[in-house]
Amino acid sequence: MTAIADRPTTIFRRPTAETGFWSWITSVDHKKVGIMYGYTAFIFFIVGGLEALLLRIHLASAESNFLSAADYNGLFTTHAVTMIFLVVMPMSAAFMNYLIPLMIGARDVAFPRLNALSYWIFLFGGIFLYSGLLFSGITAPTGVAGIPGNLDPTDTRSFGALPDGGWFMYQPNAGADFSPSTSLDFAVIGLQILGIASLISSVNFIVTFFNLRAKGMRLLRVPVFIWMTLVVAFLLLFSLPIIAIALFMVMFDRQFGTLFFDATAGGDPILWQHLFWLFGHPEVYILILPAMGIVSEILPVFSRKPLFGYAAIVFAGAAIGFLGFGVWAHHMFASGITTVAQAGFGLTTMTIAIPTGVKIFNWLGTMWLGRIKLKTPMLFAIGFIAMFTIGGLSGVTHSVVPSDWQQTDTYYIVAHFHYVLFGGSILGIFGGLYYWFPKLTGRMMNDRIGKVHFWLWFIGFNMTFAPMHWLGLQGMIRRTWRYDPSLEFWNQIVSVGAFVIAIGLLVFIYNFWTSKRRGEIAGMDPWDARTLEWAIPNPTPAHNFSVVPTVHTLDDFWHQKYDEDEEGRPVRKKEADDHVAHLGEIGNHPPVPVHLPNPSYFPVVMAAGLPLIGYGIIFHTSALGKALIVVGVLISLVALIGWGAEPLEEPHSPLAGAH
Amino acid sequence: MTSAAHDEASADGDGGPALEAHHAEHESTGVENRKLAMWAFLSSEFLFFGALITNYLLYSSRDFAQGPTPAQIYDIPFTSVSSFVLLMSSLTMVLAHNAVSRGDQGATRTWLLATAMLGSVFLAGQVFEFTEFITLEGMTLRTNPAASAFYVLTGFHGTHVAIGVIMLLSLFGLSKRLGGLSDKQFLNLELVGLYWHFVDIIWIVIFTVVYLLTAVPGAG
Repeated sequence: MTAIADRPTTIFRRPTAETGFWSWITSVDHKKVGIMYGYTAFIFFIVGGLEALLLRIHLASAESNFLSAADYNGLFTTHAVTMIFLVVMPMSAAFMNYLIPLMIGARDVAFPRLNALSYWIFLFGGIFLYSGLLFSGITAPTGVAGIPGNLDPTDTRSFGALPDGGWFMYQPNAGADFSPSTSLDFAVIGLQILGIASLISSVNFIVTFFNLRAKGMRLLRVPVFIWMTLVVAFLLLFSLPIIAIALFMVMFDRQFGTLFFDATAGGDPILWQHLFWLFGHPEVYILILPAMGIVSEILPVFSRKPLFGYAAIVFAGAAIGFLGFGVWAHHMFASGITTVAQAGFGLTTMTIAIPTGVKIFNWLGTMWLGRIKLKTPMLFAIGFIAMFTIGGLSGVTHSVVPSDWQQTDTYYIVAHFHYVLFGGSILGIFGGLYYWFPKLTGRMMNDRIGKVHFWLWFIGFNMTFAPMHWLGLQGMIRRTWRYDPSLEFWNQIVSVGAFVIAIGLLVFIYNFWTSKRRGEIAGMDPWDARTLEWAIPNPTPAHNFSVVPTVHTLDDFWHQKYDEDEEGRPVRKKEADDHVAHLGEIGNHPPVPVHLPNPSYFPVVMAAGLPLIGYGIIFHTSALGKALIVVGVLISLVALIGWGAEPLEEPHSPLAGAH
Repeated sequence: MTSAAHDEASADGDGGPALEAHHAEHESTGVENRKLAMWAFLSSEFLFFGALITNYLLYSSRDFAQGPTPAQIYDIPFTSVSSFVLLMSSLTMVLAHNAVSRGDQGATRTWLLATAMLGSVFLAGQVFEFTEFITLEGMTLRTNPAASAFYVLTGFHGTHVAIGVIMLLSLFGLSKRLGGLSDKQFLNLELVGLYWHFVDIIWIVIFTVVYLLTAVPGAG
């Protein structure tokens, strides 16, 4: 066996840049990948926010002509797709990437190059989705044509071929007959590409969780945020293949003339709803669970108490994951499913309130009698609990079927999911950003400006979304371009609220920008925190841990600093300050050199093939389209071969390390 | 300590002798990273095919204005033979795995090639079946939803088999070029084997549920 080489030679020379543009493009470091996820998602957040502002300017008056009906459809669809798939999911992914290895005491995720691949596929998928803007009306998809679309064809469009069938893309409205332009193809194939990115990260995170925890970090010593990422990873793993099939069916219907959702030929449009929501409901928990995890990390630190009922929160998170697969038809109560199904799905929907309630009471129990420090992250966490509770309660009202019939497709639904997605996910994520900002940059965010940001958002958010509850109950339907003038007053309040949120975001951007450059130096452990990521210097050194830690308890870092007195109150150990300073010293100067994965070109090259295949499928009737498919496949294939031939890290002699 | 740091960073799963030290450093399942990843991926694939098979079953029990439906034109004896060929490829895959663990590089290459050949024969059978259905029976992708569901389901399965064949041939070529499969490449063979068995198992379900249980007696 000695004559056998391990690997064939590689294609590209190994990238060597350690700073600058190419170091980011070729990086496989989970921290850099996480930061790239964060910035990209933030840019999409601004884009999706601008779309919302345009919608709200239009809706400030009942008979406005600010947007054409076609543009209105395009904007509300793109706003939803952007905020769900290009903002909340990747922002959560940013935290997962950056924090999973740090919180479990590892030097990277299990598959660093796959991690980079996920990011690049996500980026190219997002750009692909938006590139519909450039392709307006070049070709209509083949398929069963001849029936006019859902809008007057002479209706003007300023935003090209933005997807316009709603983010749920109900059939047959989003099929070839009623949406004949290419706009929906960009959404269908774009989401497929984004799904690949999420699937790869979910596999990566699952393996990282199970195989890379520091010695002694048994399952019930893992921080709650990491537990929630595991639940999310499993939800992705089991729900993405279902939406992949559903999107393939739409793609085949639109491009190749299959008849899955064509009712005139015996196809079944309701099947789309089942498949879509079988993915779509777990997706709701994919969006909220990471934020719940973030809040569960923030609350104990700023209440100076352990998380109340740690195990209950972990199991409640897992229970939400399981139950999340059994409630999808509550999105379809108005679609004519049987009475038995309605009763059954109504009941399962009610049961999911139980683990959610468990979490809320645990968070309250964590704060109860705690010495609460109202820093910005804590404000966001408390805001999260309050707003999420309102959104959760309005969610429970949907489980009452007759009431749901009244609410279906009204602004009441819009109010509900913005309370859980903005009041929940986004507040949680921004709380996390304030909390871990010193970890990323080594500096503190300005707390006073942060509080201004919080209050602007809190007031603006409630101005925007609370009135939607009663607007919906008064009968204002969703996705409407015109509405009854009697509802104009509250709609104007809503529109003003949207701009207050926008101002809050500008305050955040200013705070982020200035704090990043001139913020107060954080030093070690600025929050007196509990988890492993704070046991290393800020900003995180490239190698994470100089010495891979051994864990003895839950909240291990806290117990390195604190003892308990007879009444269970924390007492800071005498040597705690020296200990933390010592950790900082070691963290920046590893006793032995640490070898890290080398950067690689192949993740970005492999991801670059996918959008080309996507364009090729949309324009497959032309020779250019066919050529694009071939080129795209070749690019990804060459990258795959090069990837296989390139070792994760260059060989290094163990002796060299000893010097 | 240096070697421990090395193992940490090489967590991309090169296996080999580094593995023991790696386990000492972490709480771990003991299953190698890449193998665990493959299991996770395959569990996702089960839902992928589950959704496709469900689609087919939904449509197969309905009547359509335009025929024929797949159930009316199945050639069960022919598909039985091609199913047998695919199942035998699982046997040769096991033999390849067995040969490489004995260090018999020549036999490994033989059985890898045999597995790829059997997979290709199955694919050829599928091409033949599709051609028959389209040209003789007049059932295309656009005939009715049951036909759409049948082609998309079996087409995706065929794509999976084709990808498996490419992976098998890659291993064969790698072994040829490097003079054999090293300890590190052994895991690659195991992963390809897992994937290949998965594709076979899915075919058992498809053949039973989609072909045998829905076929109209006396048709074809």
